Amino acid sequence: MHTHIDEKKLVVGALVIIAISILALVIMPYVQLKPIKAPDALKPYTDLQAKGRQVYMSLGCVYCHSQQPRDPKFASADEKRGWGRASTAADYAYDDVHLLGTMRTGPDLLNIGARQPSQDWHLGHLYQPRAYMPGSIMPAYPFLFIERKGEAKLGDVVVNLPPAYKKPGITIVATTDAVNLVEYLKSLDRTYPIKKSIAESLATDKPADAAK
Amino acid sequence: MNPSSVLDSTSLILLLAFSVSVLGLFVFIWSMSNGFFNTKESGSHIIFEKNEIGLVEDPAADQHNKELQQASGDTDASLSAAELKDRQIADNSSAKPAFICLLASMFWLIIGSAAAIISSIKLHNPDWLVDSAWLTFGRLRTIHLNSVVYGWASMAGIGVSLWLVPRLLKTPLVGAKFVYWGAIIWHLALMCGVTAIGLGYTDGMEWLEMPWEIDVFIVIGGALMGLPLFLTLANRKVDHLYVSVWYIGAALIWFPILFFVANIPSLHFGVQGAAMNWWYGHNALGLWFTPIGLGAAYYFIPKVLGRPIYSYNLSLLGFWCLAFFYSQVGGHHLIGGPLPTWMVTLSIVQSVMMVIPVLAVAVNHHMTVGGNFKAVLHSPTLRFIVLGSMLYVAASVQGSMEALRSVNVITHFTHYTVAHAHLGMYGFFTMVMFGSIYFIMPRIVGWEWPHAWMISAHFWLATIGFAVYFIGLSIGGWLQGEYMLDAAKPFIDSVIVTLPYLKLRSVGGGLMVLGHIIFVVHFILISLRYGHKKDPSLLIPKVNIPFIKDAKIASEELKVE
Repeated sequence: MHTHIDEKKLVVGALVIIAISILALVIMPYVQLKPIKAPDALKPYTDLQAKGRQVYMSLGCVYCHSQQPRDPKFASADEKRGWGRASTAADYAYDDVHLLGTMRTGPDLLNIGARQPSQDWHLGHLYQPRAYMPGSIMPAYPFLFIERKGEAKLGDVVVNLPPAYKKPGITIVATTDAVNLVEYLKSLDRTYPIKKSIAESLATDKPADAAK
Repeated sequence: MNPSSVLDSTSLILLLAFSVSVLGLFVFIWSMSNGFFNTKESGSHIIFEKNEIGLVEDPAADQHNKELQQASGDTDASLSAAELKDRQIADNSSAKPAFICLLASMFWLIIGSAAAIISSIKLHNPDWLVDSAWLTFGRLRTIHLNSVVYGWASMAGIGVSLWLVPRLLKTPLVGAKFVYWGAIIWHLALMCGVTAIGLGYTDGMEWLEMPWEIDVFIVIGGALMGLPLFLTLANRKVDHLYVSVWYIGAALIWFPILFFVANIPSLHFGVQGAAMNWWYGHNALGLWFTPIGLGAAYYFIPKVLGRPIYSYNLSLLGFWCLAFFYSQVGGHHLIGGPLPTWMVTLSIVQSVMMVIPVLAVAVNHHMTVGGNFKAVLHSPTLRFIVLGSMLYVAASVQGSMEALRSVNVITHFTHYTVAHAHLGMYGFFTMVMFGSIYFIMPRIVGWEWPHAWMISAHFWLATIGFAVYFIGLSIGGWLQGEYMLDAAKPFIDSVIVTLPYLKLRSVGGGLMVLGHIIFVVHFILISLRYGHKKDPSLLIPKVNIPFIKDAKIASEELKVE
C-alpha cells in the first residue's frame, strides 16, 4: 500500500496556491475597497436608469465599450478625446456589477451622458448608428423599436431620425427598454471633480509610476 | 487611515505578497526534493513498461505505425502480453466516461464555432441579422465564449484527463458513474446557461455571464466529473505520480474553487468585482486549461515518440512555478484602471515571472522532440500537440510582454488582446485537445480513424485558418491601439483601420470552422465504426511476433460494449 504522501502534497499544495491567489486578488482588494464611499456629486441610479443598466448588460454593450478613462500621464488621448478624467474606485460606488470593460471597439462611455445628453440622438443612434456616425460598426438595434404605420399615439416616444433615414408614412417608436437604456447612458457622467485625498489617490492605480 | 500609513501599507502589501509567493515556491520545491530530485529521473519512465522505451504509439497513424517507428529509429522494445492486457484493461475502464465527455465537447465545438463566425462577420457587417435580440453581437459572442470555454474546451479537457488517469496510475478508473451524472448535469446546465444568455439573462461579467442559479449545477457537475481521479488515486498501483497527474489533479481541484468563489452572488461589488473578474478570467486559463493542456502534452509527446521526457525534474519545477505565478496575474487585465496600484503591479511582476515555467516547458518539449521532427510527419497526434506546445510558449511569452505597461498601453482595449486570447485557447489548448482526441478515440472504440485525409484536412484548415486569424487580428489590433492613442485622429479612424483585418479574421475563422466540421464528422464516423472492419492488432503498438496472438485476444476483450 502507498502512504499517498504525493497526493497530500498535491492537494495541500494546490489549496495553498489558490488560497494565496484568492488572498492577493480577491480578499485584499475587497478589504481595501469596501470602505470607499461614493463622492457627494455622484447620485445613485434612479429606477429607470437601473433598468437601463440591465438592458446595457443584457445586450452585451460592455464587450465593445469600456467605462474607465485612463490617466493622462499614462494614455493622454483618453482625456483629450473628451472621455473625462481618470476614474477612481469611488466613481463606481453604485455599480453592483462592474462594467469596466476590456475592449474599445467603440469609445469609452463612462462620461457619455456629459458628452451627449440628447435623448433624440441616443435613440436615433441605437436605431441606426450609421445615420449619425458614418463608418461605425456598432450593430443597429431595430428590435428595441416599433415601426408604426401612420401617426404616433399619445405617450409614444418618437425617434427623430435624420431626414435621409426617414421612411415615409412610418413612425419609429422607442420601446421601454430603449428609453431606459438611454436614461442610463445619459446618467453616465463622472465629470464632477474628485476629491483627490492622498488616501484615495494612493488607492488607485497610478500609471505615473509606470512611466518610469 | 492617515496618508503615510497608507503609503507604507501599500508598498508593504506588495512586497509581502511577492515575497510570500516566492518563498512559498521554494518551500514547496524543498519539501518535494525527496520526492523528485532524488528519483534519478526515473519518474519520466513511469508511463512506459519495463521494455517499452523506444516503441512508438499513435493509434491515429497510418500503416501499423511503421513509418512513425522508422522515423523514430528501429527498436527491439516490446510489451509483454500481460503488460498489454493491463493497459487495455486500463483503457477500457475509462472508455465510456471519456467518450461521453468528448461527444458533448463535439456538440459545443459546433455551436461555439457557428456563434463565432457569425459574430466575426457582424463586426464588419453591422446591419446583418439585427432583427432578433439573441442574434445581436453582444449576445452571440458571449454564446460563443461560453460554448467554447465551458462546452468544448472544458468537456474535451475533462474527457482527455479521465482517459489519461488509468494509464498514468496503471489502475482502472474508479467511479465512472460519477462521470455520467456529472457530464449530464454540466451539459444540461450549460444548455440552460447559453439559452439564458441568448434571452438576455446575464450576471454581466466576462467569462461569468451564466446566471448564478445555473452555475451551482456547473460546480456540482464539475466536482462529480473530477471525483474519479481522486478515487482512482486512492487505489493506484503505480509508485510514482507522473507529472501529468500533478497538472491534471491540481486543475481538477482548482476549477470548482475558482468557479464557486467567482459566482457567489451579492458578494462582489464595483471595482472589487473587476479585480475578482480577472482573477477568475485569467485563472480559468492559467489554473484550468493550461494545466490540463500541459498534462496531456507531457503524456502524449513522450508516449508517441517512445522516448521519456528530456528533464523530468524541470517538468515538476515548471508545474509549481506555473501554479504560483500564473495564479496571480489576473490584475494585468486592468492596467491603467481604477484598481489599487499594488495589485496591478503584483500581477505584472508575476506575469513576467511566468517566463520561468514557460521556458521549462519549452526546453523540455523541444529537447524531447528535438532531432526527431520527422516523427511529426507520421503522427497526427504529435502534429497537433507539438504545434500546440510551441504555440503555448508563443502565447505565454506574448502574454508576459503584453503585461508590461509600455506595451499594454497600446494593446489594451484592442483586437490585439482578442488575438492573444485565441493564441492561448486555440493555438495551444485546442490544438493539444485535437491531437489527444486523435490518439484516444481509436482506443475508445477499437476502430481506426476511417480517413487519413480528413485528419490532414482538419490539421491544415485549422492551422492555416488560425494563422490568418491571428496574424490579421494582431496587426489590426496594434494599429487600432496606435490610432486610439493618437488624439489628433478622430476615434472612428481607429475603427475604420481595423476593417480589412476584421474581414481577414472572418476568412481565417471560416477555414477553422470548416476544419471543425470535418473533425466532428470524422468523430461521428469513427464512433459509428464506419468503414471496413480492421484488424484489431492494428490498434495496438508494434509488438514482437510471439506476442501478437496474445495481443489479439486481449484486444478482442477490449471491445467496448
